[in-house]
Amino acid sequence: MLAYTIRRIIILVPVLWAVATITFILMHAVPGGPLTPEKDRPPALQEALERRYGLDQPLWRQYTTYLTNLLQGDLGITFKGDREVTDVIRDKFFVTAQVGILGFVLAISVGMTLGTLSALNHNGPLDYIGVFFATAAASVPNFILGAFLTIILAVNLGWLDIVGWGGPNTWSELFDPAAYDWRKMLLPVIAISVLPASFFARVTRASVLEVLNQDYIRTARAKGLAERKVVWGHTIKNALIPVLTLTGPIFAVMISGSFIVETMFFIPGLGAESIKAIVARDYGMIMGTTLFFAFVVAIANLAVDLLYAVADPRIRYS
Amino acid sequence: MATTLPADYLAVGDVAETKYRGLWSDAWRRLIRNRLSVIGAVVLTGILLLAFVGAFVGPTARYTAQEIDTSADQRQTGPSAEHWFGTDQLGRDIFARVLEGIRVSIEIGLGTATLVLLIGVVVGSAAAFGGKMSDNLVMRFTDVMFSFPDILLILLIREILINREIPILSNDRVLIIFAISLTAWTTIARLVRGQMLSLSERDYVLAARALGASSTSVVYKHMLPNTLGPVIVAVTFAIPAAIFAEAALSFIGLGIPPPAVSLGELVKTGYVVIQRNAWAVVFPAAAISILMLCFTFIGDGLRDALDPRTR
Repeated sequence: MLAYTIRRIIILVPVLWAVATITFILMHAVPGGPLTPEKDRPPALQEALERRYGLDQPLWRQYTTYLTNLLQGDLGITFKGDREVTDVIRDKFFVTAQVGILGFVLAISVGMTLGTLSALNHNGPLDYIGVFFATAAASVPNFILGAFLTIILAVNLGWLDIVGWGGPNTWSELFDPAAYDWRKMLLPVIAISVLPASFFARVTRASVLEVLNQDYIRTARAKGLAERKVVWGHTIKNALIPVLTLTGPIFAVMISGSFIVETMFFIPGLGAESIKAIVARDYGMIMGTTLFFAFVVAIANLAVDLLYAVADPRIRYS
Repeated sequence: MATTLPADYLAVGDVAETKYRGLWSDAWRRLIRNRLSVIGAVVLTGILLLAFVGAFVGPTARYTAQEIDTSADQRQTGPSAEHWFGTDQLGRDIFARVLEGIRVSIEIGLGTATLVLLIGVVVGSAAAFGGKMSDNLVMRFTDVMFSFPDILLILLIREILINREIPILSNDRVLIIFAISLTAWTTIARLVRGQMLSLSERDYVLAARALGASSTSVVYKHMLPNTLGPVIVAVTFAIPAAIFAEAALSFIGLGIPPPAVSLGELVKTGYVVIQRNAWAVVFPAAAISILMLCFTFIGDGLRDALDPRTR
């Protein structure tokens, strides 16, 4: 399995290289740049700025410089605020990760509960409710649900706040209770978790139904095992494995969700930041965020594949 | 033993009495038996009639999307007999604007689905039948596309192409269709490739060949219908996905630029004044959800109807 892991990580390199190259080409095809000449900026300063960011070099030279630096873990500097791109990503992703992790936990608990209840109540009223929820949740976009919840819970009832993020913004605040404001945390987390929850519900339902039809479940029932033990000990454990495979795609879905949800609720996270970077033509940030997100999705997929082998002894990688 | 008839006699009688049902009529029967799909199709037809016909003739065609009601107190009102969905901050009729937005969403959904189908089928079959080199190339390229954050890619393509005097693409709607399609074709391409490759190895294709079927008959009667099913389903699901992508981009202000109307843009402008007039959000938001729900229900029904394994 170690050899397999190493091979998968090595395959990552050409993929990330391709992502970097495509982003680089597209980014420079966008008209205008981060240093579009301003009226009151003297030409000398413009030149100095371009030299500072390496924009005076020919494109191929900028490209090779970027790749060389990338290999050493250096993502360059941002044009806005002149900070290390790696620092900005670390700070902003801290917030994005909180929204993502909380949303993921909510999605997996709600989705799997609904899916299991639906399957155990196959073709009954609970099943119809569960299936309807899963379909509706898959069709109502996150920002629409966010807007509806805002109208009801924030505007009409005044229970929740909608601007900004209620969790800690820096690592140092992580254990500071004063940094948490759940009234600002609830809506973004719910909004981002709806689509993943519907995926989890659908797959869990299908998976539990399939396990319930297996011979070993009939055997367990035939030998007189209590229904509770059949469900918990034999069904759910086995039904979990296909659900695990979903986690990789779900990561990609949640990252897409973070762009919209963070922009909508004015959350200072990496999703909103990367959209701002494209609008501002901040080359360093565009490259950095695209590569980072591609990397996160790839690592998530790898982790899921490895977990899969741990959870299911029949699967062996070589 | 008068009760036993020769086996072939029975078979002939059976065939004479059973009406032959083809793959498609079978699928159709199962589709119209699916209650949610039928509801989805009926609601969708109603919405389409309203948006494409009712917006121009009859009692529903009271205002146009850009027309400003200049009577003094007609700004940001809730639903009324005059303005069924209320008015926006400039006094424009939201009902008319939502209908216009639905037309735009439908155009984007269908346009993207068509373009995605074209690219996907061409690239997918090129991968399946074009030899090992092109297959590898296509598969690795789709791998890379999958690891791209899709919204960032759409935005980059949009930024490259917007405000340029390129024929056809200078139309903002076509541009958005193009940008979304360039990120969405990979699923269909992989599906087509996989279907083509696995079908040519299937037993029933081998059996048809062994029974002396001509290769045109094998491709048209056996392979194509079986490829078509999953592809039709995937294309149907591409429609709500495209509607969602456009609405989400317009919502963050990076979709179709105003003054053009789109449902996402309507939600966005309404969201700004949500404290004063929540109706401005409710109606366009409901329109997006209902549209997507209809297409999803139809897609679900098609999947169940066209997948021979669920029979």
